[in-house]
Amino acid sequence: MIKTFPYGGTHPPDNKLTADGKIVYPPLPSSVSIPLLQHAGIPAISVVTKGDKVLTGQLIAKAGGFISANIHSSVSGVVTKIDKVTDSSGYKQESIIIEVTGDEWKDTIDRDPAIRREIILSGEEILNRCLESGIVGLGGAAFPTHVKLKVPAGKKCDLLIINGVECEPYLTSDHRMMLEKGEEIITGILIMMKALNVSRAMIGIENNKPDTIEHLGKLCKEISEITVHPLKVKYPQGGEKQLIKALINREVPSGGLPIDVGVVVQNAGTAFAVYEAVQKNKPLIERVVTITGKSLASPSNYMVRIGTLVSDLIKAAGGLPENTGKIINGGPMMGKAVTTADVPVVKATSGIVILKKEESLRRPVGPCIRCGKCNTVCALKLEPYLLMALTRKDLTERAETERITDCCECGSCSYICPAARPLLDYIRLGKSQVLQMKRERTLEKNKA
Amino acid sequence: MSNVLNISPAPHIFAKDTTRSLMLDVIIALSPALIASIYYFGYGAIIVTLTSVVSCLVFEYLIQRFVLKGPVTITDGSAVVTGLLLAFNLPSNMPVFIIIIGSIVSIGIAKMTFGGLGNNPFNPALVGRVFLLISFPVQMTSWPVPSGFNTGYSDAVTGATPLALVKEGLKNGESVSDLMHQVPSHMQMFYGHMGGSMGEVAAAALILGLIYMLIRKTITWHIPVAVLGSIAAFTAILWLINPDKNADPMFHLLTGGVMLGAIFMATDYVTSPMSYKGMIIFGVGIGVLTVIIRVFGAYPEGISFAILIMNAFVPLMNKYIKPVRFGEEVSNG
Repeated sequence: MIKTFPYGGTHPPDNKLTADGKIVYPPLPSSVSIPLLQHAGIPAISVVTKGDKVLTGQLIAKAGGFISANIHSSVSGVVTKIDKVTDSSGYKQESIIIEVTGDEWKDTIDRDPAIRREIILSGEEILNRCLESGIVGLGGAAFPTHVKLKVPAGKKCDLLIINGVECEPYLTSDHRMMLEKGEEIITGILIMMKALNVSRAMIGIENNKPDTIEHLGKLCKEISEITVHPLKVKYPQGGEKQLIKALINREVPSGGLPIDVGVVVQNAGTAFAVYEAVQKNKPLIERVVTITGKSLASPSNYMVRIGTLVSDLIKAAGGLPENTGKIINGGPMMGKAVTTADVPVVKATSGIVILKKEESLRRPVGPCIRCGKCNTVCALKLEPYLLMALTRKDLTERAETERITDCCECGSCSYICPAARPLLDYIRLGKSQVLQMKRERTLEKNKA
Repeated sequence: MSNVLNISPAPHIFAKDTTRSLMLDVIIALSPALIASIYYFGYGAIIVTLTSVVSCLVFEYLIQRFVLKGPVTITDGSAVVTGLLLAFNLPSNMPVFIIIIGSIVSIGIAKMTFGGLGNNPFNPALVGRVFLLISFPVQMTSWPVPSGFNTGYSDAVTGATPLALVKEGLKNGESVSDLMHQVPSHMQMFYGHMGGSMGEVAAAALILGLIYMLIRKTITWHIPVAVLGSIAAFTAILWLINPDKNADPMFHLLTGGVMLGAIFMATDYVTSPMSYKGMIIFGVGIGVLTVIIRVFGAYPEGISFAILIMNAFVPLMNKYIKPVRFGEEVSNG
């Protein structure tokens, strides 16, 4: 039987408009604006100043700590300023703005497209290369890869899972990568396996991508350590906990990480970035971004230099349609609506979805009819209606015992609610209140 | 860029089902039974249904508009469902003024006093029915004999329901096998050819509605299966112990309001538990109570009371019957 996670989940319409769209290289932008915080953790520290000439692939900001990542110039040009620029979060971020003068690459980078399969570097060297190259998880959370590939003391890892699920509607960047860069991804997986010192890897792909399943399956035929697993389409299967449950029936404990059950999960796109870093010495300066939407003239998958403005990409995809109501950075289930398209693509940008005016509005909220649909779609078996009620009544402690912090914010509850209740909005609020309460508790304990 | 963009937190897309579409699905699922009761009871069924639905809508409107002075939400369909279900629970010769009183109780007392849709602890239609059953016992238990449009409305020929007949007969010391000759055959009962409340008689039509709701995922199988399963199991045990004193399980499933109750009344979203586990317990509770009332109680019919009693336990069940959270009981294989 074809695998999936056992409870909860929804089936939002796929809308993978760009599934057959080959990855396109858009023209270089005239300038890029590269934020210093594009990853989970603390911001990188700039190592360039105004007026500096930089090459493509040159380090421009150094990791600010252990959980941080290096940042490289994605173009060659001149640093015109280092200033606060609004990024996709809506907040102003310290960013390096580079005026593009050309595309002159740093000479240490191997730009030969031929695939290099032989892995020379040792495990330790692989980690260092990931750190140097600024590799972060490309699935959305942008957690620094060198941290994730280092198994903490006392933990054991016996399996690497590659997330090729791409369960968000509309997005196809991982799909296209797996199809067009399959061999590189397989090599990337072998590299990560070497770093983790594991002998087994599984690739999970939802069966709405049969071409990818077949392609990678063929490539892995000779490699017994890597297996490809088709999964039944169900949102949010791309969530780490759901993917692990679906593939090997292990349950990450509440509040725990995949490593607690001996697993590391990496995104398929990340495997490609690791390949390029380790085999080609190429830092993370570009990624695939799906620019899509039903109203867009030519939705496409672009290989985009980090720092390119979203508005430039929309222009390349046929321009912003007249009746646009919302621009989403990410997928429609978990992505963030942006106030302007003039925000840069960062390492975590997997796609931009454009919604028409009529698609962009929320429906009027009605009273809860207690249908229980929110409970049945919650993949973590929480009770969203209850968490919302507790948050509204400021019953923070009860919200904590009802495990509000387990919520992965996949949005299935708000998606399914027939009364259009803003369940996840309240759960987010409740989560932050619980976390605040926990912090205060720790402070008090420390005082005492 | 001249466009003003909308900003809101994720998710940005929503499922098609709305409160109104779910209610519409229930109405569609009820329509085979409505057609069946018009077929069996003629004009009476039409008059009772129209009166009930219209007066439920009118009272909801009046209360929302003039008492609560808030938004009017009669278009959400919930009052129509209540009206239909109330009508289904009444004999087809019910005088109009009694139906209107039933609607006031259903909408005014059982629903709006608790805060309207979503807040009522008891099934509004059943509260209305039980109120009428206690207040107007004669009118509520004189059942027209089904004969299509010849049935008439106020001048309908009335008779006992099979359930009442058997109960009465058993009290007089007759045996079940004798009594079974006095009631319609199981097949006739399955198609609804018997006396009873206008919407409860046609099991076939009600099951058709159930299938529709299951396909549309309006409801899940848990409550109907638990109610019907437990009634079948309990009555089967009694029947096997003493087939002379107890009717067979099929008789119990096909008579009275069991089908209507299990499929449409117990599955009411607002007054049933939120979790599958809770739904099963709720359904089994209804089944067991129904049989106890039918076999050992004073009333021949028990499912309305059984559902209302179990409704009272729903908040408790929602509080204490929790799903095992993901990652709570870790047993990794």
